[in-house]
Amino acid sequence: MTKRILTLALAVLMTAVLFIGGGQSALAAENGSTGDADLTVGIAADLDSSLDPHVSSSSAGTREVLFNIYEGLLKPDTEGNLVPAVAEDYTVNDTADEYTFTLREGVRFHDGSEVTVGDVVYSLTRAAGLDTGEPLMATLANVAAVEAADDHTVVVTLSAPDVEFPAYMTAAIIPEGSDPADGIIGTGPFKYVSRSPQENIVVERFDDYWGEKAKCAKVTFKVIEDGQTMVMSLRSGAIDLAAHLEASQVAELSDLTVLEGSMNLVQALYLNNARAPFDSQLVRMALCYAIDKQAVIDLAGDGHGFPVGSSMYPAFGKYFDEELTDYYQPDTDKALELLAQEGYDRAHPLEFTIIVPSNYTPHVDAAQVIVNLLDQLGGVVKAQIQQVEWAAWYSDVYQGRDFEATVCGMDASTLTGSAMLGRFVSDNAKNFIGFSDAGYDEAYKAAMELGGLDENLVDLFGTCQQILTQQAANVYIQDLADFVVMQPNVEGYRFYPLYVMDLAGVSKTA
Amino acid sequence: MRYVLKKTGVLVVTLLLISLLAFLAFQIVPGDPTTKLLGNDYTPERAAALRHAMGLDRNVLVRYWDWLTGFVTGDMGDSYSYGMSVEKVMEGKGAVTAGLSLMAWLLVIAISIPLGITLARWQGGRLDRVFVAMNQVFMAIPPFFLGMLFTYVFGLVLKLFVPGGFVSWRESFWGFLGYLIFPALAIAIPKAAMVTKLLRSNILNEMDRDYVRTAYSRGNSRWGVIRGHVLRNAILPVVTFVAMTLADIVAGSIIVEQVFALPGLGRLLIASIGNRDYPVVQCIVVIIAFIVVFMNYLADVITQTIDPRIRLG
Repeated sequence: MTKRILTLALAVLMTAVLFIGGGQSALAAENGSTGDADLTVGIAADLDSSLDPHVSSSSAGTREVLFNIYEGLLKPDTEGNLVPAVAEDYTVNDTADEYTFTLREGVRFHDGSEVTVGDVVYSLTRAAGLDTGEPLMATLANVAAVEAADDHTVVVTLSAPDVEFPAYMTAAIIPEGSDPADGIIGTGPFKYVSRSPQENIVVERFDDYWGEKAKCAKVTFKVIEDGQTMVMSLRSGAIDLAAHLEASQVAELSDLTVLEGSMNLVQALYLNNARAPFDSQLVRMALCYAIDKQAVIDLAGDGHGFPVGSSMYPAFGKYFDEELTDYYQPDTDKALELLAQEGYDRAHPLEFTIIVPSNYTPHVDAAQVIVNLLDQLGGVVKAQIQQVEWAAWYSDVYQGRDFEATVCGMDASTLTGSAMLGRFVSDNAKNFIGFSDAGYDEAYKAAMELGGLDENLVDLFGTCQQILTQQAANVYIQDLADFVVMQPNVEGYRFYPLYVMDLAGVSKTA
Repeated sequence: MRYVLKKTGVLVVTLLLISLLAFLAFQIVPGDPTTKLLGNDYTPERAAALRHAMGLDRNVLVRYWDWLTGFVTGDMGDSYSYGMSVEKVMEGKGAVTAGLSLMAWLLVIAISIPLGITLARWQGGRLDRVFVAMNQVFMAIPPFFLGMLFTYVFGLVLKLFVPGGFVSWRESFWGFLGYLIFPALAIAIPKAAMVTKLLRSNILNEMDRDYVRTAYSRGNSRWGVIRGHVLRNAILPVVTFVAMTLADIVAGSIIVEQVFALPGLGRLLIASIGNRDYPVVQCIVVIIAFIVVFMNYLADVITQTIDPRIRLG
C-alpha cells in the first residue's frame, strides 16, 4: 500500500517537474547520463538564406554552424592542421597540380546511405562549377577535373599548381544528385532537423557517424541578436552556451564558465589607398604612429585582444610575423611631422570619415577610441564616425569601395596564407582598399607558383606582410578576443584557429 | 450603412497606398538582396544574373502589381533570405505577436477601466493621491525598460519565469501564455496609466456639467450619477483611445519581443529589413497597417454606436 502511494506520489512529482521545467531539462535529469542531454546554444545572427555548403561561404556565422553538419574530404583540427575526414588519406604529385584522395570505408550520409566515389565527384564538380563553368566556391576556381580512379579513389587535377590546395578540400561532400535546397544531408557528427527563421536551428546527433560520436543528443541553436538578451539568457539558464561574447558582457557572467580564445580575424582601420587623403603613404604612416593599438585594446576591449601589425593573425602560426606588430611605435610627434610634410596643420586639418557597420560593437567601440586618439593631435586630424547598417556597409564600402576609412575585421575561410593575403593583390576583386604595389603582387605570385617548398612559402608570405606594414596599407590593430561562456554543467568546448563552433565534443551533465 | 460602406472604401484605399509606399521605400534605401545572398561570391555579373532570375530587374510597378495580385489570391510569395514561402517563414510567429498584443491590450482594459472609475469615484482619496503622484512615472516609463526590469526582478531574482526561454503554443498552451504575461505587462503598464488618467479626468470634467447637478438634485448618490449618467459621456473618447492603443501595442511588442527574446513577427521584421527581404517585410507591414487602420475604423463605428449624436463622415 505504502509502495503504491509512494509510486503515485513520485509519478505526480515527476509530472510536476516535467511541467515546470518545460520538459527538456527534466528529461535530461531523469536519464542522468551525459549522452542524452539537449544543448541550447545562443547564436548572434540567423543563418544565411540557403544552407547550401557550397554557396554559403559568405557569412562566418553560417559556416560555424554548418561545420557540425557537413564535412569535406579533409577537415581542420584544433591546431589548424588538416586531418582526414571523408577521405582516409591523400597524396600529391611533384608538381603540386594533381591530388589523389583515398576514401574512408564506411562513412555514411545522414540518410543512411554510404558515401561513394560518385558522391565525392558530384560534390566537388558541383562546388567547382565544372559543369556550369561558374565555380560555386571561389576557392575551387583552380580545379580542372575531378575523376574517380576506382571505387575508393578520387583524383583532382588543377589548372595551376597550388601547394595550399588541401585546405580547400574541406568543401562539403553531399549525396550524388542532391540539392541542399531540398534537404540538408551531410556526413558530420550532427544531422539537420529543422529551422525556423529568426528563431532556431535544431540538429540531432548522427548515431552512424564514422568518428567520435557527439556527446549531446540534440543541439538547438537559438537566434539571439541582442547582446544584452544573450547575457540575460545565459544568466537565467535559457541557453547553455554562447560564443563570441565581448569583455563587457562577460563581466556580468562571472559565476559561469568563461573561456577566452581569439576571433581569428584582423581588426584594423582599413584605409582606402586609392583615394585622397589616404593615397599618400605619409598620411597613412602618420595614422599608424598616432594610433596606439594597445590603447584601443585596453579601452575598447578591456585589455583583451592580441595586437597585430599586418594582415595575419597569430593562429596562423608559422605564417604570422610577430616582429611587425611593433613596427610603428606610438609617437605623436612623428605623426605630426609626417602630416606637416603633407601640408596638414591646425589651419588645414586632415578631415575624414570612418564608416563602421553598426551591428559590430567591437568595431564601433574601436572606432570611437581611434577618434579620441586622433583628437589628441591637437586638432590637426579631424575624424568622424558614421555608423551604417551591415547591408549598406557591404554594398557601399566593401563592394562599392566608396569610403575613406572603415573599422572592420577580415577573417580567413581556410587556413591558407592566400585567404588573408590574396585580397591585397592589385587586381583582386576583394581588394576593397585599392592597395596596389608591384613588389607585393610579385611576391604573392611567386608564392602561388611554388611547387611545394614550404620554407619559401613562409618567406614569400612574410614579404607580403612586411610590404603591407611598411607601406602602412592599413592601421592594423588586433585579433579580437573571443569569449565562450557556458553553464557550469557544460564542458568540452574547443577553440579552432578558424571561425568554427565545434559542438561534437561538448557535453552537459544534469 | 452608407457611412460604413464609405469607411470601408477608405480602409481599402489606405491599405493599398501603404503597401505601395512600403514597396517603393525599398527602391530608395541602399542595399540590395543579392548582396547578402551572394556574400563573398559577389560579382556584378552574378548579381545581375540573380536579379534577373528573381525578377528584380523588371519595372517597379510591374513587380508591385505581381505582388498585389498574388497577395490578394493568398500567395504571399517566397522569402529571399530563407528559401521558403513567406507563409512558412511567418508560421508560428504571428501567433506570438498576436497573443502578446492581445494580452497586453486586454490587460490595459482590465486595469484602466475599473481603476479610472474607482479613482474618480473617490477623488482625493488615498488611492487617488498615490495614483496622481505616480502616474507620470508609469506613463513615461518605456516598455523595453520595464521589460528589462521585469526580467531582472521576476526572472533572475524571483525566478518566476526563465528569461530568454519560450515554449510554442503547440507544445504547451498554458506555458505559452505564461511566457507572455510579463512581456504583456511591460507593454500594458504605460498604456494603462494613460487610459486611466484619461478616463479619470474625463469623468471629473463631466462631473462639473449642469446635467450632473440636476441628477444630484434628484437625489442620486455620487456613484449613481457616475454610473447612470456621466460614464456614458466620459467613456467615449476613451473607447477611441483604447482602440488606437492596440496599434501602438503591436508596434511596442516588436521592441519588447527583443528584450524577452520572443520569436515573434517583430524580430522577423527587423531582420528582414536588414536582409532586404522585401516579400517578408511587405507582408508584415501590410498586416500591421491593417491592424492600425482597422482599429481606427472600428473605433469610429463603435463611437457612433455608443453616441448617436455623433454623425461622422
